[in-house]
Amino acid sequence: MNTPLIEFKDVTKRFGTKTILDRVNLQIYEGEVTTIIGLSGAGKSLILKHIIGLLKPDEGSILFRGKPLAEMKKSEIATSFAQMSYMFQDNALFDSMTVYENIALPLQETTNLKKVEIDRRVMARIEQTELSDAVNKFPAELSGGMQKRLALARALITDPRIVLFDEPTSGQDPVRKNAILSMIAHYQRKFDFTAIIVSHEIPDVYFISNRILALYDGKIVFQGTPEELEKFDHPFQDEVINSLEGLQKELTGLYSKRQFKIMNHAHLKRRTIGGNYSVAVFTLEGLNSIVTNLGYDAAHAAIQSMGLYIDKHFGAIGGFSTRRNSNEVVTVMPYSDIADAENILQDFTKDFQGQGIRDIWAGARQQLTSANCVDFTVLAGIAQGQPIAEIDSVIESAKSNQKEIGRLRCAAEE
Amino acid sequence: MAYTVTGQKHPDNEAERLDMLLRPFSIIGSVVIGWVNKLGSATLFLFLSLLKTFRPKQLSKIIHQLYYIGARSTTIIMLVSLFTGMVLGLQSHHALIQFGAQGAVGTLVALSLIRELGPVLTAIMITARAGSAISAEIGIQRISEQIDALHTMRIDPLRYLISPKITAAIISFPILTTLFNLIGIGGGYISGVLLLGLNKGTYFHSIQANVQMKDISDGLIKSLVFAIIVATVCCYQGYYAHLRKDSRGAKAVGLATTSAVVISCVLILVSDYIVTSLLI
Repeated sequence: MNTPLIEFKDVTKRFGTKTILDRVNLQIYEGEVTTIIGLSGAGKSLILKHIIGLLKPDEGSILFRGKPLAEMKKSEIATSFAQMSYMFQDNALFDSMTVYENIALPLQETTNLKKVEIDRRVMARIEQTELSDAVNKFPAELSGGMQKRLALARALITDPRIVLFDEPTSGQDPVRKNAILSMIAHYQRKFDFTAIIVSHEIPDVYFISNRILALYDGKIVFQGTPEELEKFDHPFQDEVINSLEGLQKELTGLYSKRQFKIMNHAHLKRRTIGGNYSVAVFTLEGLNSIVTNLGYDAAHAAIQSMGLYIDKHFGAIGGFSTRRNSNEVVTVMPYSDIADAENILQDFTKDFQGQGIRDIWAGARQQLTSANCVDFTVLAGIAQGQPIAEIDSVIESAKSNQKEIGRLRCAAEE
Repeated sequence: MAYTVTGQKHPDNEAERLDMLLRPFSIIGSVVIGWVNKLGSATLFLFLSLLKTFRPKQLSKIIHQLYYIGARSTTIIMLVSLFTGMVLGLQSHHALIQFGAQGAVGTLVALSLIRELGPVLTAIMITARAGSAISAEIGIQRISEQIDALHTMRIDPLRYLISPKITAAIISFPILTTLFNLIGIGGGYISGVLLLGLNKGTYFHSIQANVQMKDISDGLIKSLVFAIIVATVCCYQGYYAHLRKDSRGAKAVGLATTSAVVISCVLILVSDYIVTSLLI
């Protein structure tokens, strides 16, 4: 594998007699989204503060592109750190400055750019982060989500190669949490930076992460892909992941991807060979149009509303659901064969056309910040599964059977 | 059966007794070491900040701070100096008339103001008005991670936040002290000449005859010393508000502000004595 962009070798940090980081070893690779997970107070933010140079390790070394920081010249360290940007957990916005001034400050103070060029860059970032209406507002006048976007705009204004996000979704409701994570994923792809995220949002962060680092008891106990983490056998699974995922279920009504798989396996085990079950896949088509016209918050409110409506309907007959991709919800009907499932889906379609699609729009409209209107379509497809079949292949089969079950045209006019 | 062992030293008791005897010295020692550490740290803080005054992009920040620390303190300085001068005129007239020396009222008012009251009261008034605000502002920026944010943006907080404030204080203190002296002499004129009937020519002539250039320069040297003390103490207290052991968060900012004002006022008076004894 390539030389890691950032590497910790036996990094230890103590505060008084308390050891927070205990011989931590980790690798972060260029161009990836790496998420550090762990319980509160485990020392996740400390790792970020070591990376950005706000703290120095008591023992061990930090390597940047394979070279220990301790062996670098001052100018080399400055050059390395100049490529980084940090988004604080509580945003750390300058409260006596306007949105414009907050974003412009790094350019004004660290570059020799002319005012016209600074104006151009700042206004471009303001537009990209949907803050055009708040240029002259102070941070205290902005909503939580807007403050996060402002912090992100400020972090990205110097075109950093590495962006560190310290619990970017803390204190946000489930809809906003998803919106912020999507925003990070979107900008990471758009600006191609290396993202290092500290988060509790399991499993939501899995969707945007290439690698997960698990911090437990002062040590990095796992480094790998989200898929590898699912097979990771360690007390971390029970103490951290399961408890956080339980919270996720309470907050969103939908099971996490991992819990969904566990439930499915549990149901399969109970059945005898030959017992059937059905899977339905629902897709919200036009999500990108919602994002473009109404913003991320509205898009996430829409998909959230769709998930809740599906869960309400299928939960009553013993079904369980999860969000699969950004615009897909998968539901397992464990006691229904394909014929039952078709009848259930027909009933659902009637209800959905009457009320469900309006719920989706109502969810999106609560977050509406512009007068634009959008079209979107909901597709549904079902497939029968057998205990020997892999759930993923059943899902793919259900997806290939999808038909339109509802459409909303230019809803703003309604 | 219970019994007592006599004639044998108990090592634990011995150690405890020694510890009790040494404890006061240990406490005094740690307090003194703490103060020396803080003094060293504050001196470094001052010099590093002053060094950054001459970096590019500092002028606009210094001008902004000059307006905040200097220009916006003008009204309060004028008001305090006017009444200080009037009281001095009144008191000195009351005392000197008993010896038939009321002609020296002008000298007494002017010298008291120029050598002593002008620099000291100006410094105390600016501490109360701007020093406390500086400490609170920096303290809040510290606890809300705004200073950490500056670090992460590669903006040196000493250059960006502290240096303009200290420089502006060094520039504005002597100017405000001079203003204080002039208005104070005017206040003495109002009470001595206009209200108590002293001769106008005598008042001004005694000032002209007895106030030397050295009196003025000594007063201005004091104001410079006070500027450095007030600006450093107030900035330092706010900047390190997060390291206070007695409190955290908003309370730490409140206590840092109180400490800034109290320490500044005490140091103004202490340094006043030291500087006077060196200059006299």
